[in-house]
Amino acid sequence: MNIDDKLALNLFHVDSIPHIEVNSEICRQCPHWLCTYTCPVENYKVENDNVVFNWEGCLECGTCNIVCDQGAVTWNYPRGGFGISYRFG
Amino acid sequence: MENENKFDVIVVGAGPSGTTAAYVLAKAGLEVALLERGAYPGTKNIFGGVLFTTVLNRIIPNFWEEAPVERHMKGIQISLLSENNGVSIGVQSEDHNKPPYNNSFTVSRAKFDQWYASKAEEAGAFLLTNTVVDDLLWDGNKVVGVKARGEEGELYADVVIVAEGTNSLLTQKAGLRGKYVPRQVSLGMKEIIELPREVIEERFQLSGNEGVELKYLAGDATKGIWGGGNIYTNLESLSVVLWLAVKPLTEQRVKVTELMERFKEHPMVRNYIRGGKTIEYQAHLAPDGGYDFTPRYYTNGLLVVGDAARFLNASLHYEGTNFAMASGEAAAEAVIEAKRRGDFSEKSLSHYQKLLNKSFVMKDLKRYRKMNRFAEDNPEFFDAYFKTITQMAVDYFTINELPKRRQEWKMLKKAWLALNYFNAHELSKLHHQNKLSRAFNRAFPLVRFLWQCLKGAWAFL
Repeated sequence: MNIDDKLALNLFHVDSIPHIEVNSEICRQCPHWLCTYTCPVENYKVENDNVVFNWEGCLECGTCNIVCDQGAVTWNYPRGGFGISYRFG
Repeated sequence: MENENKFDVIVVGAGPSGTTAAYVLAKAGLEVALLERGAYPGTKNIFGGVLFTTVLNRIIPNFWEEAPVERHMKGIQISLLSENNGVSIGVQSEDHNKPPYNNSFTVSRAKFDQWYASKAEEAGAFLLTNTVVDDLLWDGNKVVGVKARGEEGELYADVVIVAEGTNSLLTQKAGLRGKYVPRQVSLGMKEIIELPREVIEERFQLSGNEGVELKYLAGDATKGIWGGGNIYTNLESLSVVLWLAVKPLTEQRVKVTELMERFKEHPMVRNYIRGGKTIEYQAHLAPDGGYDFTPRYYTNGLLVVGDAARFLNASLHYEGTNFAMASGEAAAEAVIEAKRRGDFSEKSLSHYQKLLNKSFVMKDLKRYRKMNRFAEDNPEFFDAYFKTITQMAVDYFTINELPKRRQEWKMLKKAWLALNYFNAHELSKLHHQNKLSRAFNRAFPLVRFLWQCLKGAWAFL
């Protein structure tokens, strides 16, 4: 089962404004790109020698904020009521 | 400061810790606002799978008669896995089939947290959903309220209780903790897999509302990374969890999503979930590292509870919800005491610390403080050692025409060779050892093995 199939099962209220901001200029210089391994929804992908970030499908776990030691990730909660809405928990 | 937005207490986060605090405070007649960023309590909340209910049963006796619980846990099975082998021990008791059901239940947090918050509301707490708190409000060095995003704006209180969960941004903004580093957290992924009730009961040998937990310790379940897998039985679904310490994850560079799929396909796991349909996929961080990484959890006008204060027993017991509720209750009692004195300073609120020190919260956190360090310093434990242990068990019970005495020698020789091979070749996993101890380990791998097992048992049990 791939990650897109899994995420299709979840209920999201996706906001038009991203709650996580990623500075791709810093990512270009990053020696490890750990976010691309550790994000449990694969929101960080390597494309054209850089990391591309997509906030839809984010489960708000906070892992990227912790593995990024380069200061590229500005992490916040989505607006009230937006983002993932677990039905089973 | 006297205005309509002023409460006695503001609690940020309606999970088990925050709701417990709000419930106890409201019962004592204080004006409490319980803020939740989700559309309703529970929409953002994930846990390993078992709610531990000693505290809950004290504040709402026989809660299981009305709370949306799924199954009570009558037993647990712990397994070590290697690629093809597994060794398990199981513990279960008929005594757990009667109240208070060993104080452990599986629940769906979306339902349970909502119910629990409604109890706090009944007690008089004021629940505000869809409310994200962006910052604390300060008057000098004293917290006097919170700044909510959007229309709620600024809310004032004598005391703010932070119950935001692991990621707690407020504790960082208040300077109670620094930025987390990977060794301070573990990542949990969970799938809810739907199966008919009869199939679950047949497969796990359950009747009625009995439930069990299957626990898989590191080893092949996590590809040798410190962590583990779990299967919990709900009424009509299974919770399949894989949790991984983030630091070794960053060193090994494996994709976590692949590890999850790999775990589900392990020969000792796949038969339990066969034919099931995944209905939700979840991920969450849990605090790791125990006592040595707890932040300061009180200051003038502020208390921190639950995962935000990093209260979690990440040992074999893996208890979090009871730590959350116990800290929420202790915080509420400290605030009630402070209110009686009319003094909300750090000194007055330090009563919280005293209550925690007396309870199992601090005692258990201290007891298991060595564990995380041990796991970090001995990665071979979850890789080569678990493989060796399971292989020895399999060899011991192998049927062949060798006399048993010779088969046992063969078993030991095989273990010796496997450990020797590991000590000689897996240098990337042994970089923490110096040359001398590496030479010793190669010469006497079984001695090292036994010594480490003793040390591991000391740290973990």
